[in-house]
Amino acid sequence: MTAEHGQMTEYNFAYLDEQTKRMIRRAILKGLAIPGYQVPFASREMPMPYGWGTGGVQVSAATLTPEDRFKVIDQGADDTTNAVSIRKFFERTAGVETTEETAQATVIQTRHRIPEMPLTEDQILVYQVPIPEPLRFLEPRETETRKMHSLEEYGLMHVKLYEDIARHGAIATSYAYPVKVAGRYVMDPSPIPKFDNPKMEMAAIQLFGAGREQRIYALPPWTPVVSLDFEDYPFEPSKADHPCDLCGAEDSYLDEVILDDAGGRMFVCSDTDYCRSRREAGHAGRLSEEAA
Amino acid sequence: MTQAGHFSGGFGVPPIDAAHAFRAAMTAMARPGEIRQIAGATPPAPLSAAAGALILTLCDADTVLHLAGDADCAAVRGWVAFHTGAPLGQAAEADFALGTWEALQPLDRFRIGTPDYPDRSATLIVERIALEARGATLRGPGIRETARLNLPDPAVLARNATRFPLGFDCFFTCGDRVAALPRSTHVSEG
Repeated sequence: MTAEHGQMTEYNFAYLDEQTKRMIRRAILKGLAIPGYQVPFASREMPMPYGWGTGGVQVSAATLTPEDRFKVIDQGADDTTNAVSIRKFFERTAGVETTEETAQATVIQTRHRIPEMPLTEDQILVYQVPIPEPLRFLEPRETETRKMHSLEEYGLMHVKLYEDIARHGAIATSYAYPVKVAGRYVMDPSPIPKFDNPKMEMAAIQLFGAGREQRIYALPPWTPVVSLDFEDYPFEPSKADHPCDLCGAEDSYLDEVILDDAGGRMFVCSDTDYCRSRREAGHAGRLSEEAA
Repeated sequence: MTQAGHFSGGFGVPPIDAAHAFRAAMTAMARPGEIRQIAGATPPAPLSAAAGALILTLCDADTVLHLAGDADCAAVRGWVAFHTGAPLGQAAEADFALGTWEALQPLDRFRIGTPDYPDRSATLIVERIALEARGATLRGPGIRETARLNLPDPAVLARNATRFPLGFDCFFTCGDRVAALPRSTHVSEG
């Protein structure tokens, strides 16, 4: 589709040069072989700022084939600036089809959410990761965190969760909730809400790219992913205790939207495609008529 | 093989063929035991098309390649040099090693990474006469219940998994098909 615009000739397929893609591909393979371990890679400057998904974009570029259908979500939404610009980027540089429908996509790049609809084994989920090191806010030195991973010394993380309980009466970490992968590495699931953590044991391949921090890690399908907790304070995936005001869904993660300056508010699915498909199937929520 | 032979047999459209080949290799590594088609390369004998495609997709001037046994011949060396520029080297420094299971022995020559950097380990590309979903039982990440694959030596590969997160990772190639066995997979016989 982009060929007639003469754009395909200006970029190598999927923007990156072949040597860069080989380097990223080797890192992805080692990441898959050592689930949860952060593989260093020589992250490139991309034509977008750090924090806009440069890690995810590089992983997607190394993974895409011309036949793929590509979907990008930002906090669950297909229509935010970040998602729209990354989608356009690959339309232009890889000539791939794009879609907003989760079920139609073969590669999904995401910032901070896992789609509500269970993914299949024919799909790949690429996460944009800001800080890949789960221990970084507890120990700023890379030399130390690397040693802690190699010795499987994760006591500090449990102390952090314990201090949450001591201070707040519950584990107050609500996003980027640390997980243990295949019984070995503690991993940052990227800033997804902890509501999404249980979904990580899925049929699809999950790849994580941190551009600024220059790390790639991965989860093969059905890898055991356990959210850290205590026997007496078990992990609880949580969400706003409301149904979606547009589609009535009780099982989806919700965003709170302030409607006016008099305390009016609504809760809507953060996964825009999930909400849209439910409304098209005839489901309705508290405010669906006003919204329509 | 003549000099001209070195220059043929590469990817027709490198970015596209490499993307397809990588997707096959990645899916194989993510789903141990699953057999995928991987095509696009026609390397000189004795290399399989699958091994050739893996080399073209993953090797370049940044990776040391070790050719073992019959794979270490003038035709293959010339082909690898022309298409990838990968330096050839000894087993102990290899990022990738290519050959039959017998030619790759002894396996303790290959890098298994360090506790700090388990990714600094070798990937073996093992040429096989047959690739079938029977034989050794595989369990672990990427496998929902169990998978099966005719491994060359299940006992040795089972030991490789006991060192996790250290260890080497294997691709098995036969014709235009590829399967993989990362170090994370638990292997049991029968």
